[in-house]
Amino acid sequence: MNFARTLAFTLNGRALSGADGSIASPSMRLLDLLRLQAGQTGTKEGCGEGECGACAVLVDGEVVNSCLVPVGQLHGCTVTSIEGLPRTDPLLEAFARAGATQCGICTPGMILAARALLDRRPDPSLDEVREALAGNLCRCTGYTRIYAAVLDAAAIPGRDA
Amino acid sequence: MSSPDGGDGSRATRGAVGAPVVRKDATAKILGQARYVDDLVYPGMLYGGTVRTRSAGGTIERIEFGAGFDWSSFVVVSAADIPGVNATQMIEQDQPVLAAERFRHVAEPVLLLAHPDHGLLREALAAVTLHERPHPAPVFSIDDALALRGEVCPGNVFRDYLMSRGDLAAGEASADVVFEGRFETGAQEHVYIEPQGMIAHVDGGGVLVVEGSMQCPYYVLGTLTAVTGRDAGSVRVVHCTTGGGFGGKEEYPSHIAAHAALLSLKAGGRPVKLVYDRAEDMLATPKRHPSRTLVRIGARRDGRLAFLDIDFALDGGAYTTLSPVVLSRGVIHAPGPYACANARVRGRAVATSHPPNGAFRGFGAPQGIFAIEQAMDGLARELGMSPLELRRVNMLRPGDRSVPGQLIDETTDFDAVLDQALHESDYLARREACAAFNAANEAAGQPLRKGIGLSTFHHGAGFTGNGEVVLASEARVRADADGRVEVVASSSEMGQGNTTTLCQVVAGALGLPLERVTQAAVDTHDVPDSGPTVASRTCMVVGLIVEQAARRLRAELIEKAGLPAAADEAAFAAACARYLDGHPRLEAQARYEPPANIVWDEAVFEGSPYASYAWACYVAEVDIDITTCEIALSSFTAVQEIGRVVNPVIAAGQVEGGVVQGIGFALFEKVVRDENGAMANNRMTNYIIPTTADIPPVRVFFQEQPGGVGPSGAKGLGELPMDGPGPAILSAVNFALGTRIANLPVLPEDVMVALQSLPARQAA
Repeated sequence: MNFARTLAFTLNGRALSGADGSIASPSMRLLDLLRLQAGQTGTKEGCGEGECGACAVLVDGEVVNSCLVPVGQLHGCTVTSIEGLPRTDPLLEAFARAGATQCGICTPGMILAARALLDRRPDPSLDEVREALAGNLCRCTGYTRIYAAVLDAAAIPGRDA
Repeated sequence: MSSPDGGDGSRATRGAVGAPVVRKDATAKILGQARYVDDLVYPGMLYGGTVRTRSAGGTIERIEFGAGFDWSSFVVVSAADIPGVNATQMIEQDQPVLAAERFRHVAEPVLLLAHPDHGLLREALAAVTLHERPHPAPVFSIDDALALRGEVCPGNVFRDYLMSRGDLAAGEASADVVFEGRFETGAQEHVYIEPQGMIAHVDGGGVLVVEGSMQCPYYVLGTLTAVTGRDAGSVRVVHCTTGGGFGGKEEYPSHIAAHAALLSLKAGGRPVKLVYDRAEDMLATPKRHPSRTLVRIGARRDGRLAFLDIDFALDGGAYTTLSPVVLSRGVIHAPGPYACANARVRGRAVATSHPPNGAFRGFGAPQGIFAIEQAMDGLARELGMSPLELRRVNMLRPGDRSVPGQLIDETTDFDAVLDQALHESDYLARREACAAFNAANEAAGQPLRKGIGLSTFHHGAGFTGNGEVVLASEARVRADADGRVEVVASSSEMGQGNTTTLCQVVAGALGLPLERVTQAAVDTHDVPDSGPTVASRTCMVVGLIVEQAARRLRAELIEKAGLPAAADEAAFAAACARYLDGHPRLEAQARYEPPANIVWDEAVFEGSPYASYAWACYVAEVDIDITTCEIALSSFTAVQEIGRVVNPVIAAGQVEGGVVQGIGFALFEKVVRDENGAMANNRMTNYIIPTTADIPPVRVFFQEQPGGVGPSGAKGLGELPMDGPGPAILSAVNFALGTRIANLPVLPEDVMVALQSLPARQAA
């Protein structure tokens, strides 16, 4: 018992814990904690089995599918969903300008996957972009404008590397 | 890009037609703030679920509720609870909302449950057993259905159309060379990333409110009023941000809306959320119609087509749904963009025991175009001509009549489209290079092969035939005293960008910056029926209607509120304020008006089935490893003439997205059926759509000609890019390997079989 009570992690800069009730159960999917408990619905459920990436978030800077993560695995971690991404992130403006969002349901997860890439590789090649985003499905754009947006964001001068 | 012309002298207007403005919904979607149906939660909300049949048709003998549940805590709805008509309101009324006793296919909805606890609901759904007596002879193929090996409905044919021109026998007698082929395409799942869903409740005024993910709010309203027995005043349909549609949210949302509504009505009006998970969505909702096309095509020695005889059949599944209109579009597009004086196309929508197939981007045209393009390749081979030259000889040019009888007007310049595609793809040089590469690799025993293929095609925009006249779509434009303008229409944003493009058209007509114009929330208690959001019709057809409404609004302001002819934003707002000082509202309406000289005889399939066609040539290149049989798309070039480009970023995005769905149709996406006709691979894990790893940047080029009937000469675009990839890619594969594969999708196992059946090569 007490794992459930001692469980604690950070979501978008806010401390959550089993002790104060902000984490209801260690077996809850991170996706459900985000959407149902925290009310942060920018993370989407597209398939529920880790294939589509619509539910992608960053855990300690790595992109993961939140539908596959029980929150009990997150003790001590830092979780960032689209709501926690700084509004100054150049990816946001680059996605808008390039036309990289259409229906929008894949967009938050796609942007977080791109953020994980740019943190690792600030100046990626097209092939690196294609490899890094291969876990995030988009059915509207055909990806071409998403590639352009990520490469564009990487090229913005003064961006935090 | 030519200079933007906003109309009415407002050439400099930011955001008018032709400007690459950022779409209006971009920020909300990028920040994750757009609200989709599953993001909505209401106090006291119940979760709904569906119990479905497991056999391929039959009768339901008994419904058994398992032990261990307090069934009184569940809301339970069956066909007996339907107050009105138990049928969705489509072309026919043959499809029940809930099967009562007899059913025709697997996954047919029978019983609905709702409960506040989502987990308990899932368990309860699994504890309901339908005792079914299965249909003794279900039918799972077009050939079996037409041979009457089993019966789904009398004759197993929903519709049988014939389109003919000239004298087939005389044409055949004049042919020097004849090619015959049989071509098939498989079912395709839409895979909108947002699964389908609806929420229903009854508001304080007794109005049934249904909101959710959909393309066609007035279709949903039509089914809801029929099923509930309520009038349109006591039913309200509200469109939520919709996460992709592609045709998949054209007809099926009416079912889900009816189910959610029935549950809510039985629950005393409490909100009921009915959102499918991916497996249920793929299992239950319609797919692209599988097709089987028999083509006989002949030419004289110089390549001129002498005759064309096509037998086109679509697997409609177990109920009629939209199959007749999918079929008519397929029949009309089946001869391709070619001139042939002696032609016949017979088309049948066939009944099978599959769950019904339905609308999917392209709507029958991709299947027909695939077959004619492959047949043209076969005929070229028989003639000893290049596929390019055969197309060049036969393509429709101004003054020609198409097979349905439409006169090709002088704004069509298909040669220019073809020439640009050849130039941008470097087609001729690449074709030689591929052949040389393959010869060298074959000689050296190396496994890699390269291929290049092209397709030439056109796609008619808007409803087929007299469909737009029957729809008689209506839209409005209104303004408030601050000069803020709203487009008021039922045309529904699902990602394609119509909210932005319609606003651009109106901003241009009023000489306003785009920020001053928005689209009103799509709510059937506020917006008129501007028709379904389908058929590449929104920008072209509805765009023209909202432009007309905007011009009327402006004329009203000029006449009654002293709006100057060249008004800026402030002068426009001032005129709106003056007008509203003496009038209760400022609003103008317009309705569809058919273009002149567009006449269609549905009975004999003759005349002008579409007011505008977009024309295109696509070129695909592939790399194939003959050891693993893996096919990799290495480049794709898409050139199209679409009249006027309203927003170049949105238009290019439509083409890129459509092309990649077409690549999926060609190389990845295969619906596998189990012994009951259910989709066996109904998960994203095993129904594979293209990822970034599979897709290089798509190269898109537009040509603009003044011919479109839409605003500023725009043509419909959304479906066109679905037509070309399949035939271009298969041509590239067959060119690379020397095979004659005739089916899509083409997967590595198909390549393997085709390679094994090739005659042994010298160098092998």
